[in-house]
Amino acid sequence: MQEQEQSARFELEVVPHLDAAYNLARWLTRNDHDAEDVVQEAFLRALRFFGGFRGGDARAWLLKIVRNTCYTWLDKNRAKDTPAVFDEEVHSEETSSDDPEKLVLRGSDERMVRQALEELPEQFREALVLRELEGLSYKEIAEVAGISIGTVMSRLSRARLRLEKALAGNVGKER
Amino acid sequence: MSCADRQARIDAHLDGELEVLASMEMEAHLKACPACAQVYANHQALREALSGAALSYRAPVALRRRIRAALPSRGESEAARPWMLGRWLGLAAAMAVAIILAVVLIPARRGPSIDDLLAQEVVSSHIRSLMGAHLTDVPSSDQHTVKPWFDGKLDFAPPVRDLAGQGYPLVGGRLDYLNGRPVAALIYQRRQHFINLFIWPAQAGVSDALARAAPRQGYNLLHWAQGGMVFWAVSDVNPDDLGEFSSWVKSTPR
Repeated sequence: MQEQEQSARFELEVVPHLDAAYNLARWLTRNDHDAEDVVQEAFLRALRFFGGFRGGDARAWLLKIVRNTCYTWLDKNRAKDTPAVFDEEVHSEETSSDDPEKLVLRGSDERMVRQALEELPEQFREALVLRELEGLSYKEIAEVAGISIGTVMSRLSRARLRLEKALAGNVGKER
Repeated sequence: MSCADRQARIDAHLDGELEVLASMEMEAHLKACPACAQVYANHQALREALSGAALSYRAPVALRRRIRAALPSRGESEAARPWMLGRWLGLAAAMAVAIILAVVLIPARRGPSIDDLLAQEVVSSHIRSLMGAHLTDVPSSDQHTVKPWFDGKLDFAPPVRDLAGQGYPLVGGRLDYLNGRPVAALIYQRRQHFINLFIWPAQAGVSDALARAAPRQGYNLLHWAQGGMVFWAVSDVNPDDLGEFSSWVKSTPR
C-alpha cells in the first residue's frame, strides 16, 4: 500500500517536471538519443531515492539527479571516445569585461544562439540553461549543481560574458 | 568596491537576486559608470536573444510513455503480476474508505476546503492545457483579437491585456470549465514557462485580498478578486515571478 501511495505521489510531484529534466539532459549531452537514455536512467534513480525525499522543491531535487546522471554518463563516454579531456576551464583565456563593447544581436538568430550556447563549457551551459531556460533561482541552481550561491553568481556572470563574446564574434564573421 | 568586483553582482542584479540595499547601490552605480552599464545592457540583450529563440527541448512522447510505464502502479512486468491483485484489492479498499470519509467529512468542512478543491481543479486544468495541443483556442498576442473572441461564448467579458512590455507576453485565450461554470483562460508566457490566468465573475462577498495557495505538484498558485471578477494564476514559474505577474494584471488599466 505504501509503495502504491509513493508511486502516486511520485507521479504527482516528480513526473510533471519531465520536460525540465529532458531539457537539461539534452543541453548537457547535446544529443537526443543520449538525453532520452539519461532521463530514463535518472527517473529510475529518482524513483528509487524518492522514499528519502522529504518534500520541498521536487523540480530541483529531480534536476539534481538528472545532472548527476548526465555527468556520470558523460564521463563514461568521454573515457571511451576522447581520452584526453581538454579542460576548457583551465586552458581557455579568461573573458574580461574591461572596456566592454556594445553587444549587437541581430534579431534573435535561433541557430546561432543555440550553437553558441551548445559550445559553452558544461558548467557555464548548465548554469545558463537552469537560469534562463528553466527560470531557477540562485538557491535552486546551487542545490542542483551542488555549489554555493556565490559560485552560481560568478558562474553565471562568466557564462554570460563568454556567450556574449561568442555571439559578437559570430556576428562579426558573418558580415 | 571596484568595477571588477562588481561583475558578478551585475548578474545578480539582472536576476533579481540582490538584497534591496545592494540593488539600490547597483542602480546608482549603473547610472554613474558607462562600462558597467554596458555590461548590464549586453546581459539584457543576451537574455532577450535567449528567450526569443525557442531553445528549450520538450520530452519526446515515447520517453514520457516509457517513464509512466516504469512506475510501479502502472508496471506491466510479469514478475509483478501475482501480487498486483493484492495491491489492487488494497487500493480498492482504501478508495472505499476514502469515499466514505469524503462523504461524511466534506459537508462538515466548508471554508478552506472549497479553495483547496478549486486549487486542485486549477492545477489539473493547467496541466491538461500543457499536455496536448490545446493550450489556446485563439492563439494571439493581440488583446484586441483575444477579448472579442470570448464574446458570445461567455456571459461576461474578461479583462484582457498583453503584458509583453512587462516580460509576460500574451499567448492567447481558451475557453475552460472550472468551479462548475465556463471560464476564460488567458495564457501568458514567462521565458519558456506558461502561465494560465483563469477569470470568472465573483460571487458577492468574495474578498479582494491576494491569496497564495500552497504549491501543488510543483505549480505555484495565486488568486484574487478585482472589479467583480475572480482571478486564479497558475504556473511553474517561481513564486516571485508569479507575484510580479499578478501585480501587473491587477495594476493594468482595463
